[in-house]
Amino acid sequence: MWRETAGRAERIGGVPSATAGLPNRVATRRAAARRPDDQADATRERRHRLWQRGVAGGRRWLFLMPAIVYVCLLFAYPIVYNVLLSLRQSSVIGLLNNSAGFVGLSNYHTAITNPVLPTVVENTALFVVGSIVFQFGIGFLLALFFSQRFPLSGLLRSLILVPWLLPGVVTGLVLRLMFDPTSGMVNQILSDVGLIHTPIEWLTNTHLALLTVVLANIWIGIPFNMLLLHGGLQDIPKELYEAARVDGAGRARTFWSVTVPVMRPVIAVVLVLGFIYTLKAFDIVIILTGGGPVNSTQLLSTWAYTLSFGNLDFGQGAAIGTIMMLISLVCALAYVRSYRGELRR
Amino acid sequence: MKSGAPVSNGTEPMRAGPIGPPPGAPRARVVAGLNLVAALVIVGLMLLPLYWAVVTSLKTLQQSYAIPSSLVPPTPTFAAYSEVLHTQGGALATSLVIAVGATLLSLLIAVPAAFALASFRFRITGIVTLVLLVTQTIPGIVLGISFFKIFADVHLLNSYPGLIIADSTYCVPFDILVIRAFMIGLPHELIEAARVDGASNLGALLRVVVPLSRPAILAAALFSFLFAWGDFLFALTLTTSDAVVPMSLSIYKYLGEYTSQWPDLMAAAIFAAIPSGILLVLVQRGIRGGIATAGLKG
Repeated sequence: MWRETAGRAERIGGVPSATAGLPNRVATRRAAARRPDDQADATRERRHRLWQRGVAGGRRWLFLMPAIVYVCLLFAYPIVYNVLLSLRQSSVIGLLNNSAGFVGLSNYHTAITNPVLPTVVENTALFVVGSIVFQFGIGFLLALFFSQRFPLSGLLRSLILVPWLLPGVVTGLVLRLMFDPTSGMVNQILSDVGLIHTPIEWLTNTHLALLTVVLANIWIGIPFNMLLLHGGLQDIPKELYEAARVDGAGRARTFWSVTVPVMRPVIAVVLVLGFIYTLKAFDIVIILTGGGPVNSTQLLSTWAYTLSFGNLDFGQGAAIGTIMMLISLVCALAYVRSYRGELRR
Repeated sequence: MKSGAPVSNGTEPMRAGPIGPPPGAPRARVVAGLNLVAALVIVGLMLLPLYWAVVTSLKTLQQSYAIPSSLVPPTPTFAAYSEVLHTQGGALATSLVIAVGATLLSLLIAVPAAFALASFRFRITGIVTLVLLVTQTIPGIVLGISFFKIFADVHLLNSYPGLIIADSTYCVPFDILVIRAFMIGLPHELIEAARVDGASNLGALLRVVVPLSRPAILAAALFSFLFAWGDFLFALTLTTSDAVVPMSLSIYKYLGEYTSQWPDLMAAAIFAAIPSGILLVLVQRGIRGGIATAGLKG
């Protein structure tokens, strides 16, 4: 889509330009655009030309500076601040006096030996793995399904995106109603088909609450997975399927021998992004259960919030936040690697 | 998926991949019809919670408690909507101001940076892009805790600027990446031509690059707006009073006070969902049209 526009702009911009030799270069670059491998070279060459002419000048930094300052002030500084906070005494009085001294890793020690921690880690693991497996699986099936040609497929596919586009508070509220014991649709349907006779307390039963929160998060995550995987499926050259057909491969064989290998970089990106986003999940849990009942849906993210703003123990909250950040960072590096692989393709 | 099963029938040698048959053949039309039915069922299932939200918002409080619940509103009423406009109207306006502010702030910083990263050769371009990608993985609660402390010192808690700045944090890197990716595709001859005509870098950016990049800027703006509009975490952590209460926080507080006022809560949710609906329509039509005509209009 983007490239098409660039092509249009090029046609329109190329005509009135007075620069000598321009049409020739445009033609060269059009040819290059047809060969993706050469396009990167063409881009590099073009930039290099510009560099040599010195057109850019020293003032080009002025365009980038605000963003660099902004990212330093609003990402780098808070991240460092968070780490420092996690190393300071966390008592309320100490913080109020602004005299909180450094206490080394004591906040980490307190957090790790906190009797709630095993529950929180287990909840987070179940939440992340359960969400990703089903978001990805269902998302992939839907992406395959919507790759077929049938009327209205584009419109219906974009309608599936709705749960993903809604604000977290809205999805949280809507799902809280769905699972409400009396006004909810889930219990209504289950009792209509005779599966249950007394209403199920989906969100207030300690054994069911986590399952319910995972179900809710799966619903939110399916569209995102479907969107990216569908995009990847569209980029698979049709010739590959033709070749598989000629070789007499069945549908399952084609899927495992053509679709999956070709899609591997996309699948990697989807899974890593899914992990990072699921680990960050916050709104939906706070709205649905607030981490309760009795911490049965408490995740690392909501626990960091509860420790900080509920118990006013910012040191411990920051320690949990730092641990989350480290987990995310490891994944981010994996993400960047797969992203780069994606670009090279 | 079940009614799509004939397609996946392995004995049919004509189709080996997820590519539809050539349209026109009678059998193909049956398959397409079955797929359409299956797709309608899938979309229906996915949107069932939203249907239930709309139905509940049109009920009275008594009707929302009734067992068995009726699957359509027995006596559709918009009472909940007018009630919510009354109680949540201010919060919706607050969110609108914050979302517009955050969108403009993000673009103001992101557009020049995207232009610089797309047009000039910096030695640090690679590392900057990497850092921008990594920012998107930072958990919101980490920023929320730090911002709370930092903003308390500089008196930005409970303020519009504070929430606008906080909401723009994730948007700035995202916008830069989206807009830069588009600008790289623009022909450099345009900028050079502008310079030949005596335009400065700023002139080239404003008169040539920005108009041509309108689709990408629009897309970035829409997603920034949607993020700031829907933000809950910063609203929750960076306010301690009722001075500035955005929509998401207001609904959360309402939920805490009146746990089971479902018609009102659903009406509020539907008001909060309006920007997402607009975005969806634009994604379907406007943005695509914008992309197709961007070059012509520019």
